[in-house]
Amino acid sequence: MKTSLSWLREYVELPAGITASELDTAFTNLGMEVEGIVDQAGTILGDLVVGRVLTIEELTGFKKPIRFCTVDVGRSAPQEIVCGARNFAEGDLVVVILPGGELPGGFKIGARKTYGRNSNGMICSARELGISDEHEGIIVLPPSDSLTPGIDARPVVGLDDVLVEVEITPDRGYEMSVRGIARELSTYFKVGFVDPASVSSPTGTADVPHPVVIDDVVGCDRFAARVVRGIDPAAKSPEWMQRRLIQAGIRAISLPVDITNYLMLEFGQPMHVFDLDRLRGGLVVRRARAGEKLTTLDGVARVLDAEDMVICDETGPISLAAVMGGETSEWQEGTVNVLLEAAHWDPVMVGRTARRHKLFSEAAKRWERGVDPALPLAALQKAVDILVEHACGTVDERVLDVDNVVAPVALTLPASAPARLIGLPYTSSEINSFLVQVGCEVTGDEVLSVVPPTWRPDLVAPIDLIEEVARLGGYNEIPSVLPPAGASRGLTPAQKRRRSIGRALAENGYVEVLSYPFTAPGTADALGLAPEDPRRSAVRLTNPLSEEEPLLRTTLLGPLLGVLKRNLGRGRRDVALFEAGTVFLPHLTSTAPPTLGVDRRPSNAEWAAANAIVPEQPWHLAVVLAGDIDPAGWWGAGRPATWADAIEAARVTLAAAGIAEDRVSVRAAELAPWHPGRCAAILVDDAVVGHAGELHPAVLAALELPKRTSAAELDLDALPEAPVVEAPKISTFPPALLDVALTLDSGVPAAEVRATLAEGAGPLLESVALFDVYESAQLGAGKRSLAYKLTFRASDRTLTSEETIAARDAAVALATDRFGATLRGA
Amino acid sequence: MSYRNDPYDPKQAVLLAPESLESAVAEAEKAFASAADLDALTALKPAHLGDRSPVSLARREIGSLPPAAKSDAGKRVNIARQAVQAAYDARQAELEADRAARVLVEERVDVTLPWSRRPRGARHPLTTLMEHMGDIFIGMGYEIVDGPQLELEWANFDALNIGPDNPVRSAADTFFVDLPGLVMRTHTSPGQVRTMLDRQPPIYVVSPGRAYRTDELDATHSPVFHQIEGLVIDEGITMAHLRGTLDHFAREMFGPEAKTRWRPHYFPFTEPSGEFDVWFAEHRDGPRWVEWGGCGMVNPRVLTAAGIDPAVYSGFAFGMGVERTLMFRNGVSDMRDMVEGDVRFTTNFGMES
Repeated sequence: MKTSLSWLREYVELPAGITASELDTAFTNLGMEVEGIVDQAGTILGDLVVGRVLTIEELTGFKKPIRFCTVDVGRSAPQEIVCGARNFAEGDLVVVILPGGELPGGFKIGARKTYGRNSNGMICSARELGISDEHEGIIVLPPSDSLTPGIDARPVVGLDDVLVEVEITPDRGYEMSVRGIARELSTYFKVGFVDPASVSSPTGTADVPHPVVIDDVVGCDRFAARVVRGIDPAAKSPEWMQRRLIQAGIRAISLPVDITNYLMLEFGQPMHVFDLDRLRGGLVVRRARAGEKLTTLDGVARVLDAEDMVICDETGPISLAAVMGGETSEWQEGTVNVLLEAAHWDPVMVGRTARRHKLFSEAAKRWERGVDPALPLAALQKAVDILVEHACGTVDERVLDVDNVVAPVALTLPASAPARLIGLPYTSSEINSFLVQVGCEVTGDEVLSVVPPTWRPDLVAPIDLIEEVARLGGYNEIPSVLPPAGASRGLTPAQKRRRSIGRALAENGYVEVLSYPFTAPGTADALGLAPEDPRRSAVRLTNPLSEEEPLLRTTLLGPLLGVLKRNLGRGRRDVALFEAGTVFLPHLTSTAPPTLGVDRRPSNAEWAAANAIVPEQPWHLAVVLAGDIDPAGWWGAGRPATWADAIEAARVTLAAAGIAEDRVSVRAAELAPWHPGRCAAILVDDAVVGHAGELHPAVLAALELPKRTSAAELDLDALPEAPVVEAPKISTFPPALLDVALTLDSGVPAAEVRATLAEGAGPLLESVALFDVYESAQLGAGKRSLAYKLTFRASDRTLTSEETIAARDAAVALATDRFGATLRGA
Repeated sequence: MSYRNDPYDPKQAVLLAPESLESAVAEAEKAFASAADLDALTALKPAHLGDRSPVSLARREIGSLPPAAKSDAGKRVNIARQAVQAAYDARQAELEADRAARVLVEERVDVTLPWSRRPRGARHPLTTLMEHMGDIFIGMGYEIVDGPQLELEWANFDALNIGPDNPVRSAADTFFVDLPGLVMRTHTSPGQVRTMLDRQPPIYVVSPGRAYRTDELDATHSPVFHQIEGLVIDEGITMAHLRGTLDHFAREMFGPEAKTRWRPHYFPFTEPSGEFDVWFAEHRDGPRWVEWGGCGMVNPRVLTAAGIDPAVYSGFAFGMGVERTLMFRNGVSDMRDMVEGDVRFTTNFGMES
């Protein structure tokens, strides 16, 4: 809402010297967000004075006609000024900025020589002063005895005003008017207020100026109209009205239209002006029929919805009610007989119609927020008054007023209620006074009966009144007290785990990424997902920001690999990233959830049924890595990241999640997008929780990523909760160390060999560590040697070499039995 | 063969003479002192402390002495031998100390050489900031809750008094999906709705997390962003408690100077509602008020929809943008830096923001 201080001052007795900062504070504390407060006087610096043109000398020989003028600016000698405009004559009063001044935009004025003459200042156009876009010529002031050359020209051209722009919250439609803002300021500054709508006007007459039938009183609970005939179609809006409209950001069009806009701004009552001669018969206000057509003023042919309200004549709809008029009935140039309409429309209907037709007009914005239903007759009266004052015409004495407005009902507010919720001990009389200030009628003491004013459709429950008490009492008066919170259980295990994992991966060289969960349909193909892969079933946004990425991720890898590529594209060679986030896994069937109300808690069954349709959204953890994981340096060469690092990242993750190493196992797996020979399934307690390894070369080619790029993805929600860890028994007896090198088929997984050795060695085995993997021609094709260091120890004695060797032999024997392993060098 | 009854023959005992012993000691001391290193010293040892050294030979002569003289001679030999040994030990200690010192000098390295064999990674500053914020509330007796990001429309809107005709429920503001009744949550508040349905008051929770709105990514907007929202439902909760909570949180976040300033505002889920600014002394452009978030008393309609009796319980709610907080707290000037995942941005923050 844009308006000016001078307009507000017509209705609220603001202190004379009020500053922009005081106004800003007032608006802010009243709940209006200040977009701008501009003192127009400050937009032009230096002397801006009224001048009288004494002589004009036409200069020729230049590209355009130029005038050399002498202008009386109240000084001892006339000012010599060169001017390019031609719309003035000797003796005219003009606006002159003198040397040393500055126009908006930092345009400094000096004395200078131009077109061979001295020019001491400038004669100004409206655009140069920032008043309007008018630049056809300079401003010529109307002849007036009060305009002595040399006086300050700012008040003369309306540059003494302060422009105010405030943002209104959607609950306070009444503030979208000079009337509402002035009332608010009067309560804040505790100064006098005159209601602009306190215009005495005749009430509806039985004989109406034009027949109107209201077919739907829910959509339109009031419809009032007046008729004026024989207006001067050439009459222009007065300058002050045009200026105020321009200040409010509304274009001046014609006197009748300007009046309706002016009163919309002043009262908050949107109005409409019809050309009476273009109406065919009586009017009918009704719902549109689905599919009915109407061409609105903006030239758009619209197909109407059964919820829209329309004003019709015998030809059909002529106006999309409350939102925009139609082409065939609107005032047009030459209109002499007008019907002015001021109605009251259902805010829900207008909001839906405005959104449906994407017509967010100034009128629609007000209707949606709520307009005072008591305004129509006053607004019509003032409109008629202004119209006949400036365009003559004859007012039809008959007044149409179809009024089905339901009066506001009284609300009951215990005087103790505001204190209970706000924490400030408001007295009953304070509460009473605040509510009266906003226009309520208040009776009672301990329990107040409050009738809200007609312009406050937002006051429908006691809580709405409490808000007004808190607001007018001042939010910043509310004390600061900590609530009596009880004991917290702290972070949940899952929350702790997520933090530990993040820290562990970061300490291990991975950089965290928070990528958007949006992916392209082609990502599934790029990742090589099989046709039946459940990760191909993704939720689709119906209104994605990018049509290219309408799907919600089912794997973190798609977006994460995109971030990897971005980093590589920016010149980074070695990148290790991780992301912990949700994926979105739709259920196979989709049904609408049950309708849940808001007047009670949904039953447990309803709530469970609703939640059953919500897609699973487990937290996943993914890492991707390319380039060197151990960088090259003065110490030597770097080490490229491989499949093994990805698997290790998965192990780091599980360890950080508090899962003991002996519960974790790794086995060869084949799953897109991994390389079929370099993909590991990661298992906890024999349940697969994720995969890791090198990505498939075809995937890397499709995504244009470096060869050997590796990745891991785990389902964090599938991990068991970390148990309470049992303390180990620490033996103080010496260990016995034995190495074994086994030769076996290369296809036997090392993890299984290790497990077998541990199983065979029995309880004396403390640890087993693989220290060499060896392949050679000597071993033979398809064979390899795995060398393990076995550490034996007993808790109660020093082991004899016989015991140790027996345990070692048992371990080897089991490996031989299971895998045909032979002891190398034996 | 025994010399026990041999007659005393002073000529046979010349090495035992006090002057002989003294000179043996003196020579040993002189020799040891001249040893330049431990090897040289070791080489000198047999000549002065070995079996054929003067003091050892002198000891042998004791046997030839008459019994009355043995004790005295024994004492002198011991004293002399100890003196030689002491001289040896002293020189050895000296040379060892020299060697140790030399080794330390020789082993000197350039400690400024880099050793980033495995560079550390980093956690995203939004993550660590959310954890920091969460921890402050844990300390105030709150718990942290979350809910699905693809959420029931009812929980995201209806239950929060955002009716079907509210403009935010349009495709211009909210992401809709091809499943009926679901939206990408536009705030983390539906997680709080779930909390109210799951447990009875007293409720003290915050929900940090992701939310979605259809804003194009630019320097100050992102369609995917993070919020931290708080909800308290208890008996006797007032707006003063809300203020106390926000003031405390502001001080924990921004230091003892921090405080909040409120402006009346409108939110469907709270009434009275307000927006609040925080006094941020460390702002890079000087101390100032910074817009921080929205807050208010939980609307009784919201309590009713969640099955909590507004006649018994009252509560407050508040929320602030995590990106916005990171922007002014840490001087991030472009939203895209937080979104794009450039490791240069994130690595700068290390393990904490």
